[in-house]
Amino acid sequence: MQKSLNIDPGKCTGCLQCEMACSLENEGVFNTSKSRIKVFTFHEEGKFVPYTCTQCDEAWCMHACPVDAIVVNSVTGSKDVIADLCVGCKVCTIACPFGTVNYNADSGKVVKCDLCGGDPQCVSACPTNAITYVDANATGLDKMRQWAEKTDNTVGG
Amino acid sequence: MAWTRQILRVNLTEGTCIAEPLNMDWANQYLGQRGLATRYLVDEIDPKCDALGPDNKMIMATGPLTGTMASTGGRYSVITKSPLTGGVACSNSGGFFGAELKSAGWDMIIFEGSSPRPVYLNIENESASLEDASDLWGKSCWETDEVLHAKHQDPQMRVACVGRSAEAGCLFSAIVNDLHRAAGRSGVGTVMASKNLKAVSVRGTLGVGNIKDPARFMESIAAGKKVLAENAVTGEGLPALGTQVLMNVINEVGAMPTRNMQEVQFEGAHKISGEAMLEPRASDGKPNLTRNGGCFACTISCGRISTVDREHFSVKEKPQYWGNSGGLEYEAAWALGSDTGVDDLDALTYVNFICNEDGMDPITFGATVAAAMELFEAGVITTANTGGVELKFGSAEALCWAVEQSAVSEGFGADLNLGSRRLCEKYGRPEMSMTVKGQEFPAYDPRGIQGMGLAYATSNRGACHLRGYTVSSEILGVPEKTDPLATEGKAGLVKAFQDATAAVDSAGLCIFTTFAWSLDDISPQIDSACDGDWSPERLVEVGERIWQLERDFNMKAGLTGADDTLPERLLKDAAKSGPAKGKVCELGSMLPEYYQLRGWTTDGSLTAETRSKFGLPA
Repeated sequence: MQKSLNIDPGKCTGCLQCEMACSLENEGVFNTSKSRIKVFTFHEEGKFVPYTCTQCDEAWCMHACPVDAIVVNSVTGSKDVIADLCVGCKVCTIACPFGTVNYNADSGKVVKCDLCGGDPQCVSACPTNAITYVDANATGLDKMRQWAEKTDNTVGG
Repeated sequence: MAWTRQILRVNLTEGTCIAEPLNMDWANQYLGQRGLATRYLVDEIDPKCDALGPDNKMIMATGPLTGTMASTGGRYSVITKSPLTGGVACSNSGGFFGAELKSAGWDMIIFEGSSPRPVYLNIENESASLEDASDLWGKSCWETDEVLHAKHQDPQMRVACVGRSAEAGCLFSAIVNDLHRAAGRSGVGTVMASKNLKAVSVRGTLGVGNIKDPARFMESIAAGKKVLAENAVTGEGLPALGTQVLMNVINEVGAMPTRNMQEVQFEGAHKISGEAMLEPRASDGKPNLTRNGGCFACTISCGRISTVDREHFSVKEKPQYWGNSGGLEYEAAWALGSDTGVDDLDALTYVNFICNEDGMDPITFGATVAAAMELFEAGVITTANTGGVELKFGSAEALCWAVEQSAVSEGFGADLNLGSRRLCEKYGRPEMSMTVKGQEFPAYDPRGIQGMGLAYATSNRGACHLRGYTVSSEILGVPEKTDPLATEGKAGLVKAFQDATAAVDSAGLCIFTTFAWSLDDISPQIDSACDGDWSPERLVEVGERIWQLERDFNMKAGLTGADDTLPERLLKDAAKSGPAKGKVCELGSMLPEYYQLRGWTTDGSLTAETRSKFGLPA
């Protein structure tokens, strides 16, 4: 069964545990600036919103790459950057409509979320379950449950 | 390890920024942040220097766990000599600034001298420079934050700065970071402004590595997070209601200082409580609280994100205050509300916004307004002083007026900005100032919580709940319940809390974790990250060493055992209601035992033996 990251911004407190878990997994240090998931704070609105790659099926980044350095992971469905092939041309960063592929000036390669190979560390680190890793075919389940709960099924109701 | 082992020395007189290695001998004795920075301060300044002169220094310091994934590991502290108390100032802040500083590769910044013109320090990893801040001078903290982000075109930069109150010499100005987090107490912002230093902007992309045993560290911090999540206070109470979970609790036990501490229970407490912040408003159906927010790495998230009712008189004509910002914490709600007798939640939220916007400590500000209200009601201050404002207890209008005056130090605001001790002295009624060593009390009346009386009297930064929070034991039963009205055993309790707190404050962690964590939970997190042995016993020893060092500084600065006291009101006027009715704070029955446990003489001086035991500098 393929799984997807499922983000509920309403539960996010903006603590950045996810960003640190991501950077630790991928870069070996606690470094939010190197995280592939980013939490955005909208101060006046009182909102925190985690944002990362949605793993598009017809991924713009993958199609745009001139050296085929972005490939589909057959197990997780993620679009993974093959660092050895990436030439750092950044075309994918332009092609991605969501901004979730970014260039890492230290390595000269691009980086993006690869679902940590099927065990996304942001999910384990999130203290409020704002980020979960769920059945890709049922990402709407939580919202459906919330609406279902509002259904009045009393007799004659 | 866990330390970056680099400190940045900024000489504001000369305009230089120089990197130097961290003194690891001191790190081994004082851990980091509060303790380690105090060791530097003691070494580098004359304790008798003018706190607002160029000879004072100001240190921004992180702890070894700052910037890591340890829960709440994002703290930094500002250590300097306080203009309010004349003793050591040490103010701790969360938000994101501390972790950013660490991620830029710095354990601490030492500011020395005074700049001939307004400047700000800009840090991008190893590169640090002083930049012209003439365009920022005269701007609030919020404007300064916005201008610096725009100027550097970097939304990920973090800013700590001072507002207009500090520029005007307000003695209780804070350093505000990330818009609504503050190193709030003891006038650390006043010191920063006295150096013509408007702001510190930081971008750090190096990250924090150097963990001694990464696998054990991750195990330890995961265990710690689990304890926090499963604890009733840190897992439920604080996320849901913030520190405001305490408002009704403390009022019920008769320890809610009210109307300048004349009473111990506030009839309007339920209107300004954490529960009240969840109630839908009549005007728009929205509650005061929008949601909770966390500081860096915090898995508790006690922070409040709030709005003021747009129809409220304080903001009706001011759309700039219609959005969300940092809401009321318990201390602010108490000082701005109960202590002034104001039970208008929207007014308190607005005043709290202004305290953040222009960098005032809401505890000292609220308590100073309360003292001014008592002076007014006694006829000592009149409308001639206030420009016609009826400065009476319970007046939300007067409170809102006062904060606007204080923020820019206009009119009576200049008097308020002296803090209550100097204000009451100026008007000939020093007994009306509710302070210890010149700093105002926080939200626990020591007539109803006896141990806090001793904690206040002996606190190294003047009246403060965050040096030794025996409320945990006396009210909440953590780690074990003690009788809040008893004095027996409180000397040992206060000492134990003071020492443990000093250690936690030196680690990069938030003291609120200790509602759930003991040093047994904290020790493995530090020990797996840092070189050396950081057992719970060692942390207690380090904590006590820090306490003795701070005390030693204060004594050298001119404070004496005679300053370890409380206002007469708390020692002689009995509580009028509640469980503590008829009680005064019996400080005299706790203090001698406390001195003995500390290894001090009967007049509160450090003995040669104590100095030698803790290896204090001469």
